[in-house]
Amino acid sequence: MSRRMTEDAAERTAGAEVSADKEDFVTFFIAEQLFGIPVLKVQDVLSAHNITRIPLAPPEIAGSLNLRGRVVTAMDVRLRLGLPARESESSMSIVAEHDGELYSLMVDSVGEVLALKTSDWERNPPTLDPKFREYSLGIYRLERKLLVVLDVNRLLDYDRVQAV
Amino acid sequence: MDDLLSEFLTETNESLAELDVELVQLEQNPNDKDLLGNIFRLMHTIKGTCGFLGLPRLESVAHAGENVLGKVRDGELVVTPQAVTLILECLDSIRALLERLEATEAEPEGDDSDLIARLNALADGTDAPANAAPAETGGSGNTMIDELEAAFAAAKGPAELAAEKAAEEAAAAAAAELEAAPEPEPEPTPAPKPAAAKAVAPKKSEAVPVDDAADATSGDAKKESSVANQSLRVNVDVLENLMTMVSELVLTRNQLLQILRGQNESEFAAPLQRLNHVVSELQEGVMATRMQPIGNAWAKLPRIVRDLSHELHKKIDLVMKGAETELDRQVLELIKDPLTHMVRNSADHGLEIPADRLAAGKPEIGTVTLNAFHEGGHIIIEIADDGKGLSVDKIKQKCLDNGLANESDLEQMTEQQVQKFIFKAGFSTAAAVTSVSGRGVGMDVVRTNIEKIGGTIELTSVEGRGTKFVIKIPLTLAIVSALIVECAGERFAIPQLSVVELVRASAHTEHTIERINGTPVLRLRNRLLPLVNLRHLLKLDIPNASSAAVKRRVKVKSEAEIAAEAKAAAEAAAKPVKGADDEEVFVVVAQIGNYSMGIIVDRVFDTEEIVVKPVAPILRNIQLFSGNTILGDGSVVMILDPNGIAAATGEISVAEDSDEDAKGRHARNSADNVAMLIFHAVDVTPKAVPLALVARLEEIDLTQVEFSNGQYVVQYRGQLMPLVMMDPGRKLESEGRQPVLVFADGHRTMGLVVQEIVDIVEGRMNIELTSDREGYVGTAVIGGRATDIIDAGYYLTQAFHDWFVTDRDRIGGQSNARRLLVVDDSPFFRNLLQPLLTVAGYDVVCVESADAALELCDAGEDFDVIISDIEMPGMNGFDFARKVTTDTRWSKTPIVALSSFSNPSDLARGREAGFKDYVAKTDRDALLHTLHDTLAELRGAA
Repeated sequence: MSRRMTEDAAERTAGAEVSADKEDFVTFFIAEQLFGIPVLKVQDVLSAHNITRIPLAPPEIAGSLNLRGRVVTAMDVRLRLGLPARESESSMSIVAEHDGELYSLMVDSVGEVLALKTSDWERNPPTLDPKFREYSLGIYRLERKLLVVLDVNRLLDYDRVQAV
Repeated sequence: MDDLLSEFLTETNESLAELDVELVQLEQNPNDKDLLGNIFRLMHTIKGTCGFLGLPRLESVAHAGENVLGKVRDGELVVTPQAVTLILECLDSIRALLERLEATEAEPEGDDSDLIARLNALADGTDAPANAAPAETGGSGNTMIDELEAAFAAAKGPAELAAEKAAEEAAAAAAAELEAAPEPEPEPTPAPKPAAAKAVAPKKSEAVPVDDAADATSGDAKKESSVANQSLRVNVDVLENLMTMVSELVLTRNQLLQILRGQNESEFAAPLQRLNHVVSELQEGVMATRMQPIGNAWAKLPRIVRDLSHELHKKIDLVMKGAETELDRQVLELIKDPLTHMVRNSADHGLEIPADRLAAGKPEIGTVTLNAFHEGGHIIIEIADDGKGLSVDKIKQKCLDNGLANESDLEQMTEQQVQKFIFKAGFSTAAAVTSVSGRGVGMDVVRTNIEKIGGTIELTSVEGRGTKFVIKIPLTLAIVSALIVECAGERFAIPQLSVVELVRASAHTEHTIERINGTPVLRLRNRLLPLVNLRHLLKLDIPNASSAAVKRRVKVKSEAEIAAEAKAAAEAAAKPVKGADDEEVFVVVAQIGNYSMGIIVDRVFDTEEIVVKPVAPILRNIQLFSGNTILGDGSVVMILDPNGIAAATGEISVAEDSDEDAKGRHARNSADNVAMLIFHAVDVTPKAVPLALVARLEEIDLTQVEFSNGQYVVQYRGQLMPLVMMDPGRKLESEGRQPVLVFADGHRTMGLVVQEIVDIVEGRMNIELTSDREGYVGTAVIGGRATDIIDAGYYLTQAFHDWFVTDRDRIGGQSNARRLLVVDDSPFFRNLLQPLLTVAGYDVVCVESADAALELCDAGEDFDVIISDIEMPGMNGFDFARKVTTDTRWSKTPIVALSSFSNPSDLARGREAGFKDYVAKTDRDALLHTLHDTLAELRGAA
């Protein structure tokens, strides 16, 4: 299933005639801020799901859920980024794979897939909040907004964090 | 049938089939060297195996065939259709013999001399007779053979290995004389086994020629099930995959059944029932494919025991019962090493030398018995010896020596509790390390391995009579049956293996939860059962957390559900101590080894078969969970690990630890197992520093680095943080990012510039080489590589020369037999000193306050030297020293103050308080020197 998703994504990318200077991103919002994850990293997009909470887990780990027979760990990206907890009940999730495990990243809402020009990319401004800077791979200048590229690997790499 | 034999049959039949095909190919391509080589090899293997298994008749036939093939391979013979026919004939007779062998499990009697003669003739180049009508030659040959053989039998003893060679020569000679070919046959008959040879000779006349035998058997071959055709080689991966699929199928079936249960009448009921049965059978069938007899894991043991008995000059008899008991191959793999280890242990430590045994009135030969059998869904393995048993006194002594327990605790323990100490880390009963055991792979490793697969290990031992270990492990790991319980609205699975019984407890039943100083206990059949409340253990009773969690649950719920949940949460908040006496709760009585405890839960559902899935790496550090799974209704639940729960409640499955002991163990564990941060800097050798010393790992932007007062600094969290280079000559780049290890203590931070952060490794801090280089403690092997352990203290003083001058000093530790007690309120310095002193060869125990130190004193711990900080919250170093030297057992123990105050008045004050000496914190050498002197003095005095 997840593979199909990737293939779809690959096809889509191919359809969009991807060239070296463009990359596709799945976009989403957290606290009004636009974020993006490279489309090839995304396995699935979920609407609200039944989540089992995990006692003693770090607060940003919302729990685990069953995605077609696989156990997926859900992480509230808001809390991971040090933002206040979501007020509304509803949220959407983006499923990404890291180290062979599936993770569901809970975000406020998922937007469209955008093909972004590499020339619009910029490094993180040094003044960015350290938490954001840690998990951001850089900024894309869009026409009206700025898009933060989320570093999924860092987001899910707890070894580093636990070390500290 | 013998495993070996059936394996041989399978293999040989496979080879024969291959040979058939290849010989035909060879006939078409007589010059194909590879093909020929392969054919020869196959034939050779068959011959070799027959010889190995003691099947002389088969061997002789195969040998003759091989002989011909060898000549062909060496180019002495040409491949002709006749030759191929003859070899195929040879194969047929082997096959016929195999069939008989399979039917009767014994090599059939009979004679193949005719065939062999023709083969030999072919080999010798006298292929004319072979080409000639075989029947005739065979007939005439037979009579000659009879004569010859009679002569042989009379002249020679059987079983002359050389005979074969001689015979070959004879045959060659005979061939040269152009005599009839058959002559050489007699040689093969004097087989290695006298019995066989005897059998062959007299029965010759009545022996059925092989061809006839083949004819005879070919008729009933069809109905006779052939072992060879019954088994099939399958890659293990295929089976593993199959197992996974079946596991998923079982889950899906469970889901369907769950749905069915919710409906009163359904047309699906009947087909689902059928599906249920079929899936169950399928599951059993697939499980069976993974089953292997436990004897496979024991195969090496006789040899090991034999070697041991020689090495140790003991007489040992190894008895293995139930070797055919089957269990999952995955489990088998995992218990192989623990079993071997335990048998070694029994032979080495358990059994006495013959003289001692005789003196004790026991038979000279000691027995180690292995016994395996099924019981319920488990397999039980017993390892017993009739040796000297565990000496309770010795174990006690060892516990004291190793600081695993103190005397007063040991006094109160039953014999069995004391014996269980052998399962503890840091315990080895062998007084001396022999080449056989006692190399550090202790029983604690065995226990850990067995618990890892959900098993338990128990031990009974009677001094002077022997020791018996009983291991109980699940048959398979893939699917386990689990009890589903609910606590605070969440469901959890508890492996059925460890659940003994369920008790409903409320004020109105006979089972009432009682409290001792707030600790819940349950009277169960006249015994007190310690209880843990799952709600507390999982911190599910903190109202904030639970309401936040409710909010975070984004499941689409009905309003009612949300309301109900909110209400439940509110209730939980109002009555934080659920499981109090007025509530009805359930107690799951769990058994971990010999230790029982009750787990308080809110509700109990039924049991379900679950497939254990590992948890995400993020969650692996939560010891209470052994995995997670998807239940029949599709929801994910966490699987509770009873061993983890026991450990979390301070009962590391060796039961009944006292608090003091737990503390002592904690200190010890931290000494034994240190998480090390590995990084690269300066040169190619990996560097390591105890992780606990590092406050954070940072990547700093080099554009932000400034140079001030002769050193690099960076603004970090509102402060100036000095950056220290590991090689002073190096300059920082002007841009890019730079990994930095941040050390912090109190309000100060220091950044150590490194090239690259590699990994975090947990392991024993075993420093093998000490170092004189500034900034290095020594070298240790970490992750298989020699790694420099850096001396963080050195770099701290590089950043702040007065780093150690602030409020942390340490007071001395005391040590018995070089045991040191370090009292220091700063975790940083405890972590710094521990490796440093360990390197210097001391056994270090660290505590965080004077009070904790005094507790150790009361607990009966003894040290040679105490090293103490001066400035500490609560009792300060001076008071501590005064207290220790005046009115405790430790009054004779020297105390060294570690301080940066070194003016004379301080010194005087310290001496007055009872400190033996003062050492500056930053001065490693002085500290070691002082310790050395103090200890020398101590010895001198004693």
